[in-house]
Amino acid sequence: MLSPEERREIEAEFAHYPNKQAVSIDAMRIVQKHRGWVSDECLKDIAELLEMSADELDGVATFYNLIFRRPVGRHVVMVCDSVSCWIMGYDRLRRELTSRLGIQMGETTADGRFTLLPIVCLGACDHAPTIMVDADLHHDVDPQKLDGVLEKYK
Amino acid sequence: MSQRHNGSIIQWLNKFMEKVLTKNIRQDLSYVDLNAYEQTGGYQGLRKALGMSPTEVVEEVKKSNLRGRGGAGFPTGMKWSFVPMNADAPRPKYLVANADEMEPGTFKDRLLMEGDPHQLVEGMVVAGYAIQADVAYIFIRGEYFRSEEMLRRAIAEAYEKNYLGKNILGSSYSLEMIVHMSGGRYMCGEETGLLNALEGKRANPRTKPPFPQVSGLFGKPTIVQNVETLSNVPHIVRNGAEWFKSLSYTQDAGTKIYGVSGKVKRPGLWELPMGTTIREILEVHAGGMQDGVRFRGLLPGGASTDFLVEDHLDVKMDFTEVAKVGSRMGTGTMIILDDQTCPVGMVWNLEHFFAQESCGWCTPCWSGLSWAEKALNALEEGQGQAADLEHLAFICNFCAPGNTFCALAPGAVEPLQSALKYFRDDFNRHITEKRCPWRAS
Ligand SMILES: Cc1cc2nc3c(=O)[nH]c(=O)nc-3n(C[C@H](O)[C@H](O)[C@H](O)COP(=O)(O)O)c2cc1C
Ligand code: SF4
Ligand code: FES
Repeated sequence: MLSPEERREIEAEFAHYPNKQAVSIDAMRIVQKHRGWVSDECLKDIAELLEMSADELDGVATFYNLIFRRPVGRHVVMVCDSVSCWIMGYDRLRRELTSRLGIQMGETTADGRFTLLPIVCLGACDHAPTIMVDADLHHDVDPQKLDGVLEKYK
Repeated sequence: MSQRHNGSIIQWLNKFMEKVLTKNIRQDLSYVDLNAYEQTGGYQGLRKALGMSPTEVVEEVKKSNLRGRGGAGFPTGMKWSFVPMNADAPRPKYLVANADEMEPGTFKDRLLMEGDPHQLVEGMVVAGYAIQADVAYIFIRGEYFRSEEMLRRAIAEAYEKNYLGKNILGSSYSLEMIVHMSGGRYMCGEETGLLNALEGKRANPRTKPPFPQVSGLFGKPTIVQNVETLSNVPHIVRNGAEWFKSLSYTQDAGTKIYGVSGKVKRPGLWELPMGTTIREILEVHAGGMQDGVRFRGLLPGGASTDFLVEDHLDVKMDFTEVAKVGSRMGTGTMIILDDQTCPVGMVWNLEHFFAQESCGWCTPCWSGLSWAEKALNALEEGQGQAADLEHLAFICNFCAPGNTFCALAPGAVEPLQSALKYFRDDFNRHITEKRCPWRAS
């Protein structure tokens, strides 16, 4: 069941587009903001609100890498694997992250604290390598800096 | 939000030239509010535009030679002139700012949105007026949370002062402005893929014709324009086409936000006259290569542009001049390859990106690029064969413009085809030595 707040936020988006389906991505982002991910149940509720079939909406959801259809940890760590970061030490950073967190890309730590995902260029290539934790961009992330960065996210 | 750009991102005071797009931008990228924006002439371009006819605005932009800064360099005024302007033109008409910025190695639009959001808003109102748009969307890539925040603040202030909304500044022109945050994927930046994404669908591209200018978003006339392109518009209207042309060193008018990333001393962004040489950008502004590494090549404007090498350093960075030497200026943000970075590995990284981002619509793209990615990976692992290089060259032709539905695949093979040309020996070494010579054994 969508919360009244989620419903309100989604309905507020209706005014911005000529039809309800156009709100699909905004709606999924809204739910994800509240819950971290979009479950099957939420997907069904959103589809109903947008007057679409759940399959149709899932077809949209699966196209977009920032819409999570599987549960994620409390914090999502996205590591830029694009070219400038690759040149500036992505491989080493990824190795540090996977070994410190004890998980591979795409996995979540056992305590549910972190999910680790690859991401494309974060638009901070002059400060490579970069990672994004939740909505925060961190740049010039070398292994020494990593502990300090992760420490902030409980 | 933790550390953001510190001093090195932009070498602020290049005292020798006029700053246009970056003059208000603060070093800490703190919010430039409406008041501060107005103090340097903000919204004067809009005031002037409202006193002109829409056609006059289009004509001025046409005369200015402004070319699209999203990568393709299409003449902006000409694009606008394709929008139906008669009284019974389909309504609503739409203007969309393409703020998807997902081209690897590109980081200029984020600076403009975070650093001076009102400039983009004003540019959109002026462009909107020129085509008589009713609704404007800013399509922002999903990870640009700070751009979203800054733009929402600016839009709210602009509504309050009636720079947006009904009867702007007492005129008969009205415009609504809406922020849309993307769900991700590179294809959202392709203009017709973007329109599908805005309609809440998968971001597959659309067949052209019909062109979006005639039948775009929700089937209505639509203009899609890059953030940097739109940010130039108020200045052109305010100061005139001749002034804009006088800013550049070459035929392509205006200033350009150039960027450099890779192993240089001072990676960053600089607003410089269009047509500044690659050498000046690299050696003067970016400070040259870091100690102990040597320059080998560069991608002039993002991941989907052909490599250039030492011989090309004196080429002027504009759409026309870079094309003459077989590459593209693209987004104008250069990625530097140094001698301690493996060119094959770099191209593998690029093709991994493109294969991952292919929407899967056409065979040359999805099958060709994923094969290329695997072959490059095999080369890196020491399992490449001489025939692979022929096959990679074949894929480059297979994905050439005209063979695919959108420009993703042709762009994807640009770094590959040029790497095969300029770094052939490095490819061969991977085969004969059965390993990547750059990897510690
Ligand atoms: C795969 C692909 C991705 C693109 N991504 C962007 C982008 O993120 N931002 C952008 O402005 N243009 C992008 N473009 C170019 C747009 O299709 C379009 O040409 C541009 O937004 C037009 O604006 P302009 O004329 O102001 O440059 C992309 C093109 C392709 C083929
Ligand atoms: S070229 Fe690639 S991205 Fe473009 S339509 Fe074809 S498959 Fe999709
Ligand atoms: S390549 Fe990593 S931020 Fe651009």
